Amino acid sequence: MGVFIGPDTRLVVQGITGRDGSFHARQMMEYGTRVVAGVTPGKGGRTFAGEVPVFDTVEDAVAETGADTSVIYVPARFASDAIFEAADAGVRLIVCITEGVPVADMLRALPYVEEKGARLIGPNCPGLIVPDVCKVGILPGQIVRAGPVGIVSRSGTLTYEVIFQLSRAEIGQSTCVGIGGDPLIGTDFVDCLGAFEADGDTEAVVMIGEIGGTDEQLAAEFVANRMSKPVVGFIAGQTAPPGRRMGHAGAIISGSEGTAEEKMRSFREHGIGVAERPADIVDLLRERL
Amino acid sequence: MNIHEYQAREILRAHGIPVPPGEVATTPERAAEIAAALGGAVVVKAQVHAGGRGKAGGVKLARDADEAREKAAAILGMEIKGFTVGKVLVAPAEDIASEAYVGIVMDRANRCDTFMVSSEGGVDIEEVAASMPDAIRKVRVDPRYGLLNHQAAALGYHLYDDPGQARQAADTMGRLYGAYRASGATLAEINPLIVNPAGEVKAIDAKMTIDDNALFRLPDIAALRDLEAENPAEIRAREAGLSYIRLDGRVGCCVNGAGLAMATMDLVKYYGGEPANFLDIGGSSNPDKVVTALELIAEDENVTSILFNIFGGITRCDDVANGIVEATRRIDIRLPITIRLTGTNEEEALEILEANGFEAMIDMDRAVQTAVERAAS
Repeated sequence: MGVFIGPDTRLVVQGITGRDGSFHARQMMEYGTRVVAGVTPGKGGRTFAGEVPVFDTVEDAVAETGADTSVIYVPARFASDAIFEAADAGVRLIVCITEGVPVADMLRALPYVEEKGARLIGPNCPGLIVPDVCKVGILPGQIVRAGPVGIVSRSGTLTYEVIFQLSRAEIGQSTCVGIGGDPLIGTDFVDCLGAFEADGDTEAVVMIGEIGGTDEQLAAEFVANRMSKPVVGFIAGQTAPPGRRMGHAGAIISGSEGTAEEKMRSFREHGIGVAERPADIVDLLRERL
Repeated sequence: MNIHEYQAREILRAHGIPVPPGEVATTPERAAEIAAALGGAVVVKAQVHAGGRGKAGGVKLARDADEAREKAAAILGMEIKGFTVGKVLVAPAEDIASEAYVGIVMDRANRCDTFMVSSEGGVDIEEVAASMPDAIRKVRVDPRYGLLNHQAAALGYHLYDDPGQARQAADTMGRLYGAYRASGATLAEINPLIVNPAGEVKAIDAKMTIDDNALFRLPDIAALRDLEAENPAEIRAREAGLSYIRLDGRVGCCVNGAGLAMATMDLVKYYGGEPANFLDIGGSSNPDKVVTALELIAEDENVTSILFNIFGGITRCDDVANGIVEATRRIDIRLPITIRLTGTNEEEALEILEANGFEAMIDMDRAVQTAVERAAS
């Protein structure tokens, strides 16, 4: 059960003693995630929240606790270092929440992560959650409910909004994955769609995209060629002016590329149900489930 | 972040790329002085963050200092794609035997920096890609190794048959890549790269776009930001840690999260309204941010209705509620405010708002429809 994370996930929190790290580590623990270790260089030897051992390095944390997944709450200037460190320590899934990571840092980190056989999700993402089982990141646990719909999204609070509307309509979620709002990310729509297609608990998928880049268009082709499960999509930024960065580093229309119309057209051409507004997602799912 | 042509030229020059001299003038008189010092014919070029300056009449040849003064007078103060020209670059007019295009861009789809060169220079590269794709040669750069010498050479030989020119071009490619990396750029273009009658290869126009996320570690590059080219409201927003873009509608929006902010703008349009702005207050629920946000929206004369759409995850709804109450105490706002608040501490938030005479909704569609109706009335 669960895509990328699940009941067996053993999580190390990088940046556990920082303000965000400590707050969210507690939230994840309350949700039921097995937080087995924390890392803050220089604070090794301490215990967090009375039960989680803190280490100076990810290597030590993995050696002592068998952590297989890491979540990074580290400032932007150190985030790629944290990613390199986690990959080198043998962590299999690295989830980087941090916003503001220079794209040049990601250009270097991505091939390294791949070579080490790890998967990176993010950066600049809210993480992922399997309702009632496990959460890695900052997605609010109180809005999700277990059910058959997989969600993959570039956004943060827009994802929460969609989850909220689905839960209110009693359509539960299998796993919700936030892939992040940056132009260079470790896991894209196609990666998640493939995982949802292979996941026994998922019957349909919702894709939440934004302006910028071609990831949604590539995903649409994947849906048509390689998926049997129904997919519904929404693109934020239909009214965004070209050439302006709309908050997210990756949300920018360059030249004619990456507009919402282009993505929505691509969805339609490849059999994906297109929601003009978030509220339409519920109706489109009901028709397909 | 965009930088001007004259700033990009200096960066390239500092990396050893042959860039002709040139200086910036803000008055026609200064333009004449520079032209006189350069001697001979010059080109007067508008310095704005917009493409198509030539077509818009912002690039003019001048035979001498007097003509430079005249041209500068015509170009300064001109509006090009919404930007007012405040500066012109005065540079020597080059004799051009051929023009090429050279560019590096961070290619999202292939996750690497990609070099593109084209033997059709001086024109829009997207047009060339559409009509003459064979004129373009692309090389992907492995970030671990940078631009390798054989790659630079291949690009040079694609552009020029003459080995001397090809070698000069290859050298320029290597230096351009160095400049691109050192400046935290996501785009660097030389368009056109020219060969003059003497066979010298020179860069006579340059454009660079800088990754905003890299500015914290490049203070010299960050200092190049042209505050005069930006809307003062947007500058204030950035300094307050908000993301704000002014548009021209009547419904002012204040949202937490970029995706939700875009979706809110889209929904305003869906319900027949026009968004006045994009505004993301981010993850913090600091009341000061809410105050600044409200100030920015209220100062926009087009706004006739204000909408808050807050989904509290880490952001606490009661903090935002306190921010709204505080803001409306500090600033006298006569406009209708529609509030949608859902998520963490939503109950406490609703109590705070009600105690201060506000009502709040939980449904996003209803909130947007209400805000749109109020904008019209």
